[in-house]
Amino acid sequence: MEIPYTISTRPDTGLWNAKIGIWLFLASEVMLFGGLFSAYIFLRIDAAPGMWPHGLLNVPVGTMNTAILIMSSVTVVLAWASLKMRRYRAYWWYMLATISCGVIFLTVKLAYEWPQKFEHFGAYIKPEALGKYEKYLGNERRAEKGMEPRIEITGHLHSQNAKEYEVALDPVNADPNNPAMDRPRFFPLPVTDKIATIEKEDVERATMFLPTHSAYFASYFTITGLHGMHVLGGVLVFTYMWLPVSKRLYQRNPEHLANRVEVSGLFWHFVDLIWIFVFPLFYLL
Amino acid sequence: MDASASVETHHDPHAHIEHEHHELGFWRKYIFSTDHKVIGIQYGLCGMVFLFFGFCLMMLMRWQLAYPGQALPVIGKWLPYIFGPASMPDGKMTPDFYNSLGAMHGTIMIFAGVVPVAFAAFGNFVVPLQIGAPDMTFPKVNAASFWAFAVGGVIMLISFFVPGGAAKSGWTSYTPLAAFADTGPGINPFFNGQTLWLTGFVFLITSSLLGAINFITTIIQLRAKGLTWMRLPFFVWAQFVTAFLLLLAFPPLEAAIIMQWMDRVAHTSFFLPAGLVVNGTPVSISGGGSPLLWQHLFWFLGHPEVYVLILPAFGIVGEILANNSRKPLWGYKSLVFSVLVIGFLSFIVWAHHMWLTGMGSTVSAFFQTTTILISVPSVIILSAFFISLWGGSIRFTVPMLFTTAFLPMFGIGGLTGIPLAFNSADLYLHDTYYVIAHFHYIVAPGTIFGLFAGIYYWFPKATGRKMNDFWGKVHFWPTLICMNVIFLPMFLQGMAGMHRRWYDGGQGWNVANDHTIWGLTGFQWNHPISWAAWIMGLAQIPFIINFFWSIKHGEKVNDNPWEATTLEWTAPSPPPHGNFVHTPVAYRGPYEYSLPGRERDFTMQNEPVEPTERIHRKPPAELVPA
Amino acid sequence: MNNPPDISQDPKEYEEYAHGVQKHVRGYLMVGALLLTFTGITVALSYVDFGTRKANIGIAMLVATLKAGAVAAVFMHLAAEKRLIYRILIFTGFFVLGLFWLILLAWYDYPIFHR
Repeated sequence: MEIPYTISTRPDTGLWNAKIGIWLFLASEVMLFGGLFSAYIFLRIDAAPGMWPHGLLNVPVGTMNTAILIMSSVTVVLAWASLKMRRYRAYWWYMLATISCGVIFLTVKLAYEWPQKFEHFGAYIKPEALGKYEKYLGNERRAEKGMEPRIEITGHLHSQNAKEYEVALDPVNADPNNPAMDRPRFFPLPVTDKIATIEKEDVERATMFLPTHSAYFASYFTITGLHGMHVLGGVLVFTYMWLPVSKRLYQRNPEHLANRVEVSGLFWHFVDLIWIFVFPLFYLL
Repeated sequence: MDASASVETHHDPHAHIEHEHHELGFWRKYIFSTDHKVIGIQYGLCGMVFLFFGFCLMMLMRWQLAYPGQALPVIGKWLPYIFGPASMPDGKMTPDFYNSLGAMHGTIMIFAGVVPVAFAAFGNFVVPLQIGAPDMTFPKVNAASFWAFAVGGVIMLISFFVPGGAAKSGWTSYTPLAAFADTGPGINPFFNGQTLWLTGFVFLITSSLLGAINFITTIIQLRAKGLTWMRLPFFVWAQFVTAFLLLLAFPPLEAAIIMQWMDRVAHTSFFLPAGLVVNGTPVSISGGGSPLLWQHLFWFLGHPEVYVLILPAFGIVGEILANNSRKPLWGYKSLVFSVLVIGFLSFIVWAHHMWLTGMGSTVSAFFQTTTILISVPSVIILSAFFISLWGGSIRFTVPMLFTTAFLPMFGIGGLTGIPLAFNSADLYLHDTYYVIAHFHYIVAPGTIFGLFAGIYYWFPKATGRKMNDFWGKVHFWPTLICMNVIFLPMFLQGMAGMHRRWYDGGQGWNVANDHTIWGLTGFQWNHPISWAAWIMGLAQIPFIINFFWSIKHGEKVNDNPWEATTLEWTAPSPPPHGNFVHTPVAYRGPYEYSLPGRERDFTMQNEPVEPTERIHRKPPAELVPA
Repeated sequence: MNNPPDISQDPKEYEEYAHGVQKHVRGYLMVGALLLTFTGITVALSYVDFGTRKANIGIAMLVATLKAGAVAAVFMHLAAEKRLIYRILIFTGFFVLGLFWLILLAWYDYPIFHR
């Protein structure tokens, strides 16, 4: 028993089944990420002044990852085109390129970006103690210029005991009144070796840069985490379509394989599309 | 089988034949089947087990409501062995266990009971047959969706047996309570009731999404030749819209569930504002989140969900009404139009579940307007059903008993929703028993009656045998009476001011004790309600026995015992793999009952149109006999 | 192009069809280059001060939408897709915008949240 219109198109709709299926799935994914983005919007709108950070993520690395994902979108559509033109070797290489790009993207994220964050420390200073740490915050100047106050001291946690934290400061806290620190920089500056001692009783809350740290990191890790899971899913599906089992399907029915690659490619483009929005919202704005 | 088969390319001819004769082992045939009929039955049986379980949870709750603080006789002693010593020590229910029962009754009935049976079971079994298709477009995805449901349901069940017990923050899982419940010493961060609820829910949602994709694609692509959109049985239209609701409304809730999971496990603050104090200690979270955000995302699904619960029942009722009044459904076009409008509007009414959150008058006016608007197509549908009865030759078969009872029961449920659509009236009625009565009237003597009707109706197609009529009536009458004894007084309790989720049933509250309504105080009404619930439980026993007994010993019937017109009745009973011996072609509409000039009082959809027949519309050119 | 007739049976006809696909390859490469360029532009623009932060967000989102549109129209073949797919997406777009807009409306209409 064959299911009709698996490969050929139904005359009145002009579509084959999986084409509709994947677009329906993508519609549901739009709603899923829509829910997450709406959380981002409302958390950001409602953030108290100074609570929504800027410039905490590594922009060059993020840009490179964006470029990698864009390239993988190009290679996957070229893989599909190769199949349609019945060039299996070309397909195989393009698919390998796509998979590699996906793996690189995930590796950069999971082996570099996220661990970098987990090792970074941030302490929110209590409102009443902000004056005491003015030399690390520069709020007098910021207030004059109408900018949001800085309420956090960040850097690498050298050590802590029952009463205080010893933090190797980030440049923005080491030299807060420098105008160059007002806006995030493209090339991130390394942590300075200027050490600050912060009394624990002056700290509202202090953690490493984990999801629990702030609404910003909660949304960052959740959205990029879910996006990453989608990238992984795509990589797994593509790998299956690249392994020798796909050659057998190609020999039996190349159009069937082409359709499967097209459908997975559509999913992959959608994943790229989401990243196109995630990147500026978290890294740049 | 059809034209497209010849277009398959480079097809190894031997492989094709092999596929036809390939014998499946037990596991591939019955357990991991990709056949829509088997999957439909799996959903049906699994869903009915969950319905029964959810019903038992309710019966337990009703003890506490009628006899608060008293030990449950007989079984009370050994319930703690099942649910843990913290549930019912000495057979007396603790408040936490009551809350767990309430939260899980709601969750299981809706997501593991009604949706799987109404949408997935009936849809899977009937829709491909009704559109003349050999199966769903994506059979493997279909199997995956069933197993995702089974896993999700099992996780929900397991949550009862972990330390801390099952989720107890309502089926709505509002934060901040839901973020802090089931936390603390002795409670596992992953395997606790509330977190398992979230985890199980993700599986249930995945199951629905996969199912929805399958249904929509199947209905669009696999309709038989001649089966145009306006010749579809109303049941198929209802399932089509339901699938869209599931597809687009569930994902924002899935996003919210992921975020609440993060709140619980990773200690984020998506839904938690700053400054929270739990058990006297300030909580160490970043804050900055909002409980309102959870409510918006939850109810964005929550409202379309209630239409998911009712639309399949509308569809079933439509089929059975036409069949048992021997005339076409009145107002087919209006029915289709209404069901589409309901589907669309259901996405923009959700905040009527949030009247008491203090929203401003502008947004409140918007949602009140859309909510009242959506009642219009519902009334159109119900009216069309009532009018369909007029002038019919009504036969009160068992399916028809449940179907005709559905009409006034749903009417009561729907009409009692109108006051709730206004934020002013809802100020008083929100969170009272009035609301419980309203939605239960729709789902219990509403949808569930539709499901019973559908089971009795399509049982012969699935098994080749009829369920016993006498015991069907024994099932029906007490159930109908008990439903009303249970839920009608709840309106009164609600209007008197009795709240939902009161663990003591109102015993300790003035509003429930200081005046009588129709002779009993609000609290005293709990007694007849509970007894009716338990009797209704007993009334389901004939149904359960009838169902299983009739599979093997029911009266054998032919392929079309109800003398119905739609395409599923042209297939053998039960249909073989591939469904139809000859692929059907549809020549006419779905309800050609009592056509003038014909000898039988029904004409099936695949009967060719005689040149002498007068029909309203010209058939598609390809189908006019040469 | 998106739903070609299954002409893989006839090698001669397929030759012609394959040539048609070849023409689109150049389009894919050009859009790819465009996307990379616009990524650079997005990054560069984010360091330009457009007055308020909202303005920066608006401009970045505009560029992102253009990029997303290019991916959807060309890579995902949406520019030449069938009506049914458009209808599904239009409803989805309507509902997701409804989700954002109505929650936003509700958010700002709460008397206790004064901004």
